[in-house]
Amino acid sequence: MSRLEARLEPSRAMMLASPLIAAAAMLVSGSLLFSFLGQEPLHAFYVYFIKPASTAYGIGELLLKATPLILCGVGLALGFRASVWNIGADGQLTVGAIAGGCVALYFQDVEAVWLVPLMLLAGALGGMAWAAIPALLRTRFNTSEILVSLMLVYVAYLLLSYLVHGPLRDPDGFNFPQSRMFHDAALLPLLFEGLRTNAAFPLSLVLVGGAWFFCARTFAGYRMQVSGMAPAAAAYAGFSEKRNVWLGFMLSGGLAGLAGVGEVAGPIGQLQSSVSPGYGFAAIIVAYVGRLHPLGVVLAAVLMSLLYIGGESAQMELQLPSAITGLFQGLLLFYLLAADLFIHYRFKPAARVSALPAASGGNAA
Amino acid sequence: MSEAVSVVPSVRPEPRLQLLGISKAYPSVVANDRIDLTVMPGEIHAVLGENGAGKSTLMKIIYGVTRPDAGEMLWDGRQVRITSPSAARSLGIGMVFQHFSVFETLSVVENISLSLDERVPLAELAPRIRTVSEEYGLPLDPYRLVHSMSVGERQRVEIVRCLLQSPRLLIMDEPTSVLTPQAVQTLFASLRRLAAEGCSILYISHKLDEIQSLCDKATVLRAGRVSGIANPREETTGSLAELMIGKELPACRMTPRTPGEVRLALHGLSLPSDDPFGTDLHDISLTVHSGEIVGIAGVSGNGQQELLKALSGERRLDQAAAVQLCGVDAGRMDPAQRRQIGLGFVPEERLGRGAVPALSLADNALLTGHVQACGTGMVHRGLIQSGAVGSFARKVIEHFKVKCGGSSALASSLSGGNLQKFIVGRETLLAPKVMVVAQPTWGVDIGASMLIRQAIIDLRDQGVAVLVVSEELDELFMMCDHLAVIADGRLSRRVPVSETSVDRIGVWMSGNFTDRTDATPSTGVRHHVPA
Repeated sequence: MSRLEARLEPSRAMMLASPLIAAAAMLVSGSLLFSFLGQEPLHAFYVYFIKPASTAYGIGELLLKATPLILCGVGLALGFRASVWNIGADGQLTVGAIAGGCVALYFQDVEAVWLVPLMLLAGALGGMAWAAIPALLRTRFNTSEILVSLMLVYVAYLLLSYLVHGPLRDPDGFNFPQSRMFHDAALLPLLFEGLRTNAAFPLSLVLVGGAWFFCARTFAGYRMQVSGMAPAAAAYAGFSEKRNVWLGFMLSGGLAGLAGVGEVAGPIGQLQSSVSPGYGFAAIIVAYVGRLHPLGVVLAAVLMSLLYIGGESAQMELQLPSAITGLFQGLLLFYLLAADLFIHYRFKPAARVSALPAASGGNAA
Repeated sequence: MSEAVSVVPSVRPEPRLQLLGISKAYPSVVANDRIDLTVMPGEIHAVLGENGAGKSTLMKIIYGVTRPDAGEMLWDGRQVRITSPSAARSLGIGMVFQHFSVFETLSVVENISLSLDERVPLAELAPRIRTVSEEYGLPLDPYRLVHSMSVGERQRVEIVRCLLQSPRLLIMDEPTSVLTPQAVQTLFASLRRLAAEGCSILYISHKLDEIQSLCDKATVLRAGRVSGIANPREETTGSLAELMIGKELPACRMTPRTPGEVRLALHGLSLPSDDPFGTDLHDISLTVHSGEIVGIAGVSGNGQQELLKALSGERRLDQAAAVQLCGVDAGRMDPAQRRQIGLGFVPEERLGRGAVPALSLADNALLTGHVQACGTGMVHRGLIQSGAVGSFARKVIEHFKVKCGGSSALASSLSGGNLQKFIVGRETLLAPKVMVVAQPTWGVDIGASMLIRQAIIDLRDQGVAVLVVSEELDELFMMCDHLAVIADGRLSRRVPVSETSVDRIGVWMSGNFTDRTDATPSTGVRHHVPA
């Protein structure tokens, strides 16, 4: 009988190989799926995965989409390492976008260099404020932060929807549920002429570097890691559980809020009734595919971004349904979780041994 | 019981159970290597060995929990394959585990009913429990809820549960670790009675004196192999120990010393447990002076966990003055603040509390070494100084002879004894003024145990106030200056070890602190736990 056997120590090789195996398995399942949909798999792959990244513009789009995923993903990874389960990054992103957007709209006549930094600051604070609710409820009343942060996502969506239908609606906008367009001083500067990639991308890379430093070198990062790995050891060492929860939520909420500003002050340029196609949720996958490591998160975010853009390209060129993006994301996470099993276990094939191997020989007592 | 085989000792009785060449390998270790074992009817057979010698694996194989890789098993002379515990039970094998599997919210009869292979109405089962339990001197009230029972009484539930199935072989896994010395005697009487009726008993233990007083025959295991078969009554403790560990039993050195000022004081500490089945602490007062070791004896589950958490700061108190460290009211402080004053603490659980399994030894050195007052310089302006962390970890590894792959080895890769040496070493080298140690040698092999005990004694000689909480009485008698007993959340007064005896501590462990025999302390018992 074949079976799984616990490994003595978690396999490091498998930990790194697991995302690659998952990506490969996703591609295999995808090709089956494409052929069932009547597409030529190789062509479909080309359209989905290669073509979007084959032009400078395409790469610009890839990085543009990857930016909010990096920001949210790195924040969530910091929290997840500490066993702080913030599932509501999309809500924090939305509130961050609202806060940054309000600053932009309030200073609509101001042409100053401090406006964008102020918007970013407001966005981060907005995201933190939204993340403070589950953190407070968890540390005060021991509520599940998973449920509270998730439910607050929908509250944030409704708040944004209310604002763009009401107080912040563009008076000259023919009653469309959207705000005034931000003026130039309230938009993130573009990196290259002709591409939509903006300053949020290099900012996200700087923050990734900061997150790596935080995890690897600071004592606060160590405390969070211990709290995540062994709560009893953290209590024994005197690391406060409350501080851990707060720090996890503030970091992930603040980074998600920044991502929100990056969207409304970047490609969107105004507040709309929706500012995120679920980046905050996709970032959960990003964090795990990136092995909760800041640098891994960058690679995973690019892959996830490719899934988004490839999905759009497949919709347009191959007339595939829009659900294809979510499907590929789901496949990736599914295979990743399956492959992760082999970090702690290994497969032991059926051992065909003779029934009683040499039991009678050499019994020295 | 009436079905039990009546044993007529014939000239050559058939062995009840015979193991031939049983082997079992796990990925890391060969737990059993060609083990032979023969148990006769009505025999009390000891399986003796250190932690990790392969005793538990062998018993699990007999009880059908684990399957052997190779070897044969004969039951009454017929070859059998025991594929599950229920198959074992149907043959007549019962097992009392070291850690009980009882539901605390249910009554005795409900618990036993759940474990029986056939369905018996409770009203029918209850009188049977009462009869069987009284017959063997293990009185039990079938309708009592298990959570209100002491650990010793819970063990009775497990034993009676096995007896109801009229076992022909009863396996007892380290049964006395949860009993007072007096309760051990009661248990032994019941076991002897059972054996006299023809039931074979496999008695697993590492306590030599118990085995000498109870068992007819002993199979000694060392590192997965049979290292000898002996009649324990004809052996000395020393010769048995040599079979068990391959060398003579080492000893610790401890010279008398005059204690100094009070370093740790508890004043009327009362604390409701935060676990619904935990033990509340009642009015605990104790002082520990510089340069002495005070031991707290007691059967597990009598408030030790709660007391230790109140001492370490993992559970904070309302009254600051209830715990005083070096003269400072520390009751409201968290563990890091208490360490700042000079507390060192070795908890009972090593993996997950005393050390983080998935982190390296260096990172585990940082776990408590970060405290500024220790002067290790591991953290500077919020940044980890990996040089200081690594050199401290290497110092611990070197001084305490921790067998490992260097300071970057994961804590989970160390054996229990080596990890305990690392944790004790870390806390020791952080130069505490007060040291609290819980179960210093639980699950640690004898060689490492002695090293750890000696390290604690050396701390005392350097003037540290040491408090040791242990369930091993012989250990406490070996290394303490004073003893106190915790029972049901209350602490006895402390007495010098030289003026007390195992018997008296045993009476105290059952919760009766009011003894009138103070005048006649028995002497010469320092190194012997009676059996």
